[in-house]
Amino acid sequence: MRLELHKIPIENVCWGERTHVKDRTLVIDQEKALGVVSGDPRFASASLELARPGESVRIIPVKDAVEPRCKLQGPGEVFPGVIGQPPRTVGEGKTLVLEGAAVLTCGSIVAFQEGFVDMSGPGAAYTPFSETQNVVLMVEPREGLDQHDYEAALREAGLKLALHLAQECKETPAEKVEIFDLPSVGEVQKAHPELPGIVYVFMCITQGLLHDTYLYGSDVKQTLPALVHPNEIMDGALISGNCVSACDKNTTWHHVNNPVVAELYRRHGVDLNFLGVIVTPESTTLAGKERATWYNAKLAAQLGAQGAVVSEEGYGNPDTDLCMNAKKLEDLGIRTVVISDEAAGTDGKSQGLADATPEMTAFISTGNVNEMIEVPPMERVLGHPEAIAHLSGGADESLREDGSMYVELQSVIGSTNELGFSRIGCRWI
Amino acid sequence: MAGIPVVEIATIVPIMLTVGANRIVPGVAIPHPTGDPAKGPEEDKRVRRELLERAFKALTTEISEQTIFAN
Amino acid sequence: MAYRVVCYINQFFAGMGGEDTAHVPPEFRPEAVGPAAQLDQLFGDEATVVGTVICGDSYYGEHLEEAQKACLELIAKEKPDLVIAGPAFNAGRYGVACGDIAAGVTEELGIPAITGMFEENPGVEMYREKCYILKAADSARGMRKSLPLMAAFALKLLKKEPLGTAEEENYFSRGIRKNFFHAENGAVRGIRMLLQKIGREPFTTEYEMPVFNKIPPAPPVKDLSKATIALCTSGGIVPFGNPDKIRVSSAESYGVYDISELDNLNASNYESIHGGYDRVWANEDPDVVLPLDVMREMEKEGVFGKLYPKVFCTTGTGTAVAHAERFGQEIGQQLKEAGVDAAILTAT
Repeated sequence: MRLELHKIPIENVCWGERTHVKDRTLVIDQEKALGVVSGDPRFASASLELARPGESVRIIPVKDAVEPRCKLQGPGEVFPGVIGQPPRTVGEGKTLVLEGAAVLTCGSIVAFQEGFVDMSGPGAAYTPFSETQNVVLMVEPREGLDQHDYEAALREAGLKLALHLAQECKETPAEKVEIFDLPSVGEVQKAHPELPGIVYVFMCITQGLLHDTYLYGSDVKQTLPALVHPNEIMDGALISGNCVSACDKNTTWHHVNNPVVAELYRRHGVDLNFLGVIVTPESTTLAGKERATWYNAKLAAQLGAQGAVVSEEGYGNPDTDLCMNAKKLEDLGIRTVVISDEAAGTDGKSQGLADATPEMTAFISTGNVNEMIEVPPMERVLGHPEAIAHLSGGADESLREDGSMYVELQSVIGSTNELGFSRIGCRWI
Repeated sequence: MAGIPVVEIATIVPIMLTVGANRIVPGVAIPHPTGDPAKGPEEDKRVRRELLERAFKALTTEISEQTIFAN
Repeated sequence: MAYRVVCYINQFFAGMGGEDTAHVPPEFRPEAVGPAAQLDQLFGDEATVVGTVICGDSYYGEHLEEAQKACLELIAKEKPDLVIAGPAFNAGRYGVACGDIAAGVTEELGIPAITGMFEENPGVEMYREKCYILKAADSARGMRKSLPLMAAFALKLLKKEPLGTAEEENYFSRGIRKNFFHAENGAVRGIRMLLQKIGREPFTTEYEMPVFNKIPPAPPVKDLSKATIALCTSGGIVPFGNPDKIRVSSAESYGVYDISELDNLNASNYESIHGGYDRVWANEDPDVVLPLDVMREMEKEGVFGKLYPKVFCTTGTGTAVAHAERFGQEIGQQLKEAGVDAAILTAT
C-alpha cells in the first residue's frame, strides 16, 4: 500500500468568513463549522472556542483530540466506518493533514477518566495539545441522555468536525508531502532477507463505557486481534472511544500520529523490516486476555517476526495483558520490548505495574502517572473547572479557590502516553 | 492479614498470584466479579452463590501455598 | 551566611586508634576532625563544618539504639543544615553506623544526610532507602575521590538545586521513581532497545521487574457454621452519595460501613465510584461486586455463623501499594480485635 500525506502546517487559528488556510493560519467559518455538529438532537447545546499555544487557557474535561484529515484521493474516506462510509479499507492514495491543528471535545463529564489541557504554564509541558492550534467543541448533552449515547454523540461530533475542517481546506496546496510505501509482507522479506522482521503489537483499551476503541467502526472488544497495515492507522481506521485515564489514553490524534509506526517506518529497509501492526484488545475477562495474547503471539510467528514492539493503553488490569504478550512472544523466540507507564504512587515508591513476568526484560517507561504537579490558575477556563474533583488524579481538594490545582499527572491529557509519543519517563532517584 | 484467612474473588488471577494472595477464587468479569447480570437475575444469583460457596471452601481448606479454587 | 554542616566519623578516622579503641562512646568535638577537615576545605566559604561527632564502631554496633539517640542529640544541638557521615567504604560496622546516623538524621531531624559506601557494604542494603549513600571505592584509598564528590553533592542539597537521577548523581537509588524528560521519545528509545536485544547487544531496561513479598497462608476456619465473616472490596462500592468521598482513583482512604440493617444492595442504597471499570452493572446492582444479598441468605441458612456488621470499601485503581498495605494492616487489626474469623475480599 502506498499513501501520501499532504501536510499543511498550521501555526495559528482564527474565525473568518469562510474556512480556509492562509499563510499557515487556519481561518474558520464558525457558523458553518458549528452547523456540522449542532443539529444532533442528542445535544442540548454546542459551541466552539479557540485555544492557542501560550494562551492562559485551561480546557476541562477533555474527552478526545482529533487531527483534521481528509482524503484528497481515495479510495474511501478517513475515520472509515464511523464517519467515512462505507467502512472500506483505507491507507492508499492521498490524505490531507492540517498539521498543528486539533479538535478537542469537551463537555460535562461522562465518566471519571477525562482530563485537562493547559495551554501555558508548567502543565503545558506535559501535553502535546499545548502546542497545537485547538478548536474546542463544547457541548451539553440533552437532559436524561444515557451516558453511552452521550459518549457516542460527542465522539462522532469531534470526528465530523475534524473531517469538515480538513475538507474545507482541500484547495490549499500542501507544503510537504510524505510518502509511506509498504508492500506485502512477502515482498518486504524478499527485498531485505537479512533484516529482522518486526511486528507492532498495538494494545488498545476495550473495557466498556469510556474505555473502548473502534477499528473501522467495529468495537475492538468484540473481536480477535487483527492484522493492520500502518497506513490504515494514518487514515483514521482506529478511533478512540475512551479516556482510560487522561494520561495514557491514545487520543484519535495520537492514533494517526502513532510514533511507533513513524519510527518503524523510518527504519524500515535500513535496519529492520516493518511487517505490520497487530491491533489487539485488552479484555475484562481472564479468558479474553488469554485468547488475545495467544493469538498475538501466533500471528506474529505466522508472519515470521523476529521482534515485537508492544505498547499498552491504560494501567492496572491491562498490565496482565502486557505481561502475557511479552511472555508468549518471548517463549516463541520473538524478542520483545514493551512501552508502558507506571503507577508508582504519589511518593514514587510503589511497584509501577500491577503484574510482572520475568520475560519482560526490555521496558520503556513513559512516566509515573501518580506524580503530583502544581498548576497555576488560568485566565480562561473552557468547560467545567470543578470537574477536576471527579477526574482520575484529582480529588475534591485539588482545585483551590484561586483556580490553581495540585493534581496527579494522570489528569493531564497525553501526559504519559504509552505509544511513547512524549519524552517523559521514570528514572530511579 | 493478622493471621485471619482471607479469600480474594477477582478476575485477573495472574495479578492475584503476583501480589501474593493465597486463597484465590476467579471472578466472572472485571466490572462484575461476583455476578453475571447479563444472564438475567436468576442466573446472576446462582453464579454469585456458587462463587461464595467456593470462597467458603477456600476459607476452610488448609493450604501451604497460593491456591486457586476454580471449582 | 555559610551553611552549617556536622560530620560523623569513627574512632579510626578520628586518629584515636584501631580495634583497641573501637569501644569508645559518642563524643562531640567543635572542630572538623579527620576527613571532615578536608570536607571543610572543599566547601570553601559556602559551608562550614561546625563540629564532628565521633563514635567507636563496636560501641555503635553493640548499642544501636542508644548510640543513635546520643549522636542525634549531639548533632541536633549544633543546629546543622546537613550531616555527612563517613565515608565508610567497605567497612561493615562503620557502614551500618554511618547509614544508621544518616537515616536517623533524615527521619528525625528533618535535614538531609549523606554518606558514602562501597556497594557490598551491608549498610547499603539496610539504609539506601532512608538517606543518600554515595558510591565509593572499596577502601580508604578512595578517599581522595570520594570527598570532593560528597562535598559537591552536599552543596547541591543545601542550595536545594534540582537533582538528576541517582545514576547521574552517583548514589545508590533510594527506590523512588521520578519523572524526567529524556532526549528522545519513548517510541524511538523502544525500537533502539529492541534492535539491541535482537542483536544480543547490551541494553539497560528502564524498569526492572518487581519482586512481590509473599505472605504464608493463614490457617483455615475450623467451623464455618460458627464463624464470623467480614466482607471487603476494592471495587469502589460505597453508600449512595459517597459520604466519605473516597477517591475514584489513587485512593488514600477506605470506608467502613454498617450493613447490619441491609439484606441486599441496589441502585438506591449503594453505588460504585471506581474509575477503572464500566460501572453500569455495579450501579444497577452493587451485589455483583460486593455480594451482600447472597451472603445474607447464606447467613440465614446457617452456612456460616455471622456476617460482620461492617464492610470495608476502597478503590483499587492506581492505589499506591504502600497505602494498600496500610489499609490491609489496619483493617486486619480491626477484624482481629472484633473477633472476625475470616474475610472475603472482592476486587475488580
